[in-house]
Amino acid sequence: MRDVAVIGVGMAKWGELWDKALRDVFVETALLAIDDAGVDHIDSMYVGCMSSGLFVGQEHLASLLADYLGIAPVPAARVETACASGGLAFRQGWMEVALGQSDIVLVSGIEKMTDVTGDGATYALGTAADQEYEGYHGITFPGLYAMMARRHMHDYGTTREQLAQVAVKNHRHGAMNPLAQFPFEVTIDQVKSSVMIADPLRILDCSPITDGAAAVVICPLDRAKTLGDKPPVKMVGSGHATDTIALHARPDITWLSATERAAEAAYKMAGVKPDQIDLAEVHDCFTIAEICVTEALGFVDRGKGGQAVESGFTALGGTIPVNTSGGLKSKGHPVGATGVAQIVELTKQLRGDAGDRQVEGARVGLAQNMGGSGGSTLVHILEAT
Amino acid sequence: MSSPRYWREIPQRYRLEAGKCTDCGNIHFPPRLVCSACSGRQFETVKLSDEGTVFTYTIIRVAPSQFVDQAPYAVGIVELDDGVRISAQIADVDLDALEIGQRVRIEFRLIQNEGEAGIICYGYKCVPA
Ligand SMILES: [Zn+2]
Repeated sequence: MRDVAVIGVGMAKWGELWDKALRDVFVETALLAIDDAGVDHIDSMYVGCMSSGLFVGQEHLASLLADYLGIAPVPAARVETACASGGLAFRQGWMEVALGQSDIVLVSGIEKMTDVTGDGATYALGTAADQEYEGYHGITFPGLYAMMARRHMHDYGTTREQLAQVAVKNHRHGAMNPLAQFPFEVTIDQVKSSVMIADPLRILDCSPITDGAAAVVICPLDRAKTLGDKPPVKMVGSGHATDTIALHARPDITWLSATERAAEAAYKMAGVKPDQIDLAEVHDCFTIAEICVTEALGFVDRGKGGQAVESGFTALGGTIPVNTSGGLKSKGHPVGATGVAQIVELTKQLRGDAGDRQVEGARVGLAQNMGGSGGSTLVHILEAT
Repeated sequence: MSSPRYWREIPQRYRLEAGKCTDCGNIHFPPRLVCSACSGRQFETVKLSDEGTVFTYTIIRVAPSQFVDQAPYAVGIVELDDGVRISAQIADVDLDALEIGQRVRIEFRLIQNEGEAGIICYGYKCVPA
């Protein structure tokens, strides 16, 4: 297996991009990554996308996007594992380069979610849950995470205040990210008085509906040293695991076992322990999700995720800053793009290129991207060179 | 909802039919072809317990279109007395008084009116025991 590095990243402003077609959102972002890498061609491409079929009525996505990027006839594949599709695309791209099948691979993620109505988006996202045994009964995604939150509060004494602090922290970080959909701060009182969606989760506990894409260019590490003018970032750990798709089928609904398993694999491959991680981008689709994820990644003990955000452990300036990009909460959550956008943020941080939100001396970063209520998870660990 | 998709789930939704692994005794709802606990492939059909306790719950305030008329409504994960957990609506309950550990029983109810295919969808809901 060859060592692999990220040599270019691309992301444009996220939001409600009504004036742009899906293919143009992709090409604009892919060109940013290609130009950042300084490469003159692409050997192969992966795109993570959850549901272009339901959101814009377009399947056969990889060929469409390769065509419009002007790189056809190179091989292009679209991969899907709900909201973790972007993380999976990165893993597939890494494997292809590591195995020596291709040298320069473009990995991207995309979702165009605002062409449908709010109900259409709720329906499309709902397909990531068990349609016959959860969705059939009128349970929405906020509803699933609300049930996790209720149980976490019951079992560990996690408070409404601590949930709100996740949103406050991530918006504070996102206010320093000009590409974020909602780059502004919110207060605890604003979160706690925002519209109730599914008790105890309010609208400011939820990530938004977003149009956007993210892209990275990867290549063998030894070749990275001769390409471009920015320091390559090395891919040192990858893990991927699954869990029951239905939340009710898990023995402990607040323990994200797919995240634990994927992280174990990534830590082992990288030869690092949780306390050696300098920063992390994690899947805060809802405030409770970040609390559960920090536990399953081993950053804090089981049940202590609420206290971790309250004490500033996971804030910029804390022990392990989590979601310096603003996370899904403030940066936005175009579902298929999210996993790749996490790699974009880690790369910027490990290059020392993250501006006001730079984590001083960051050497090792972790990305955790999950699908549905935790039925699939990708974890990647990157290291500065 | 297409009629074959609805029709296939009727044994579970109307009669609570589950699959009990003859090797390890685990009860799966809905039934599976392979036991996720022991990889066994032999099952007998059993009926789920129709009473249990609320394991967790929420109140859905922003509902999908076919449930808008019912909102706000309670949904929960209920642990039945045979140990199986299911997701279901919790009906006929004071939304402010609902709590973890509350006893409930299963009733056969209208679940949703699905407009496009014109199918009226029935199934199980939980109500206070
Ligand atoms: Zn068995």
